Amino acid sequence: MPAIADDAVPALPRGVKFREDKARGRYVLLGPERIFEADPVATEILRLIDGRSSFKAILTRLTELFTADEATIRPDVEALLTDLADKQMVTL
Amino acid sequence: MSETLLADRPTEAVTPRPQPPLGLLAEVTHRCPLRCTYCSNPLQLDPKSVELDTDTWKRVFSEAAELGVIHLHMSGGEPTARRDIVELMRHAAEVGLYTNLITSGIGITEEKLDAIIDAGCDHIQLSMQGADAAITEAVGGNRGAFEKKHDFARAVVERGVPLTLNAVIHRMNIHQVPLMIEKAVEFGAKRLEIAHTQYYGWALKNRAQLMPAREDVDRTIEEVETARERLKGTLVIDAVFPDYYARYPKLCNGGWGTRTFSVTPSGKVLPCHAAETITHLDFWNVRDHSLAETWYDGPAFTAYRGTSWMKEPCRSCERKHVDFGGCRCQALALTGDAANTDPVCIKSPLHDSIGAMATTESAVAEPGAATYRGFRAG
Repeated sequence: MPAIADDAVPALPRGVKFREDKARGRYVLLGPERIFEADPVATEILRLIDGRSSFKAILTRLTELFTADEATIRPDVEALLTDLADKQMVTL
Repeated sequence: MSETLLADRPTEAVTPRPQPPLGLLAEVTHRCPLRCTYCSNPLQLDPKSVELDTDTWKRVFSEAAELGVIHLHMSGGEPTARRDIVELMRHAAEVGLYTNLITSGIGITEEKLDAIIDAGCDHIQLSMQGADAAITEAVGGNRGAFEKKHDFARAVVERGVPLTLNAVIHRMNIHQVPLMIEKAVEFGAKRLEIAHTQYYGWALKNRAQLMPAREDVDRTIEEVETARERLKGTLVIDAVFPDYYARYPKLCNGGWGTRTFSVTPSGKVLPCHAAETITHLDFWNVRDHSLAETWYDGPAFTAYRGTSWMKEPCRSCERKHVDFGGCRCQALALTGDAANTDPVCIKSPLHDSIGAMATTESAVAEPGAATYRGFRAG
């Protein structure tokens, strides 16, 4: 599992959009020919990606949202973001 | 009484109301500076005189967003051949659609490109006919096309808009797949589609000139796999492989009337862009019906949606919800009945003959000249 540095700043590259899909009652991450349905956890993570907040800051906010410690959630968040980065849906 | 009626009703007879469509292919014009022999447009192209006007396309895009469409593929023909392309793009972006411009890259000035991007174009997909000038010109029938495409790609990348290259693969360019992958990286594309020709429209007419040999197809599968691994994080490669050599048919457009649909230049609403070849279907027009009415209840959409239309071997097939019997247009074109199983399926009585036909066609040393796409040549 590739780790993500604390000071990395996750961002959505141009051409990738995170938006509500009202017709289906969900949130989606959109790229060219790509639709990722965000489950409730992924939705909370993606909401925090604003191109300014560091990975550490995002993790801290998530520990508050999910009342879980960082060591517990970090692997899951890293897995999601690394996977999205491989697909060019997120930059790290 | 009613219980008996319900019990007698075959379970497959009721087609559930579908989900809203995810994608709309808007073929805003059939006019195009290229004359590609593999073009999937119909042989009878819509002339400019019957194209929908600006306000009607804008209404279509509004209705699409309302209906739940996510991706709008602004295509053609060459969509920028329309003088109102910037206004159409702006409207599509304003109503919340993810906008994809599918273009030849020919004849678009940098000023026009700037205006299209400023209007809210999210992504640009550029067609690639070959990895060099000679093949590109031979396939597309346009002199200087390769250099123009390279310039266009550079201009898109300079402006920071994500670029996909779409290479339709066939006998004339299949040997260039590794070079196309290198060119995609050199052009600065984020994504490359290696799309083996699907045989509809002009491609079906030119099948004998386009059909690749099976061993060449197999080699490209390996080439794509290797490159994918090597270029992870640099270039995403999506591949569509040809189905004439397959064991099972493709899941066409995610199932008939299930995920995506098309609107032709003159406003006909189609379950897929080749559907007009099924001439007995009644295609509603955006001039007469809303997109929602057509999507849910249009007779062309309900005709082959779900599984109730199926005959054997599809009806009792364990894969009927996997591929929905494959492609209706291909079933009609190759078997004469759109309700037959797609003949590339191993369960079709025609399966062996389809593979044999492809093998035979691909083995002809001099298959003759292909017919270039055009308004008169169909």
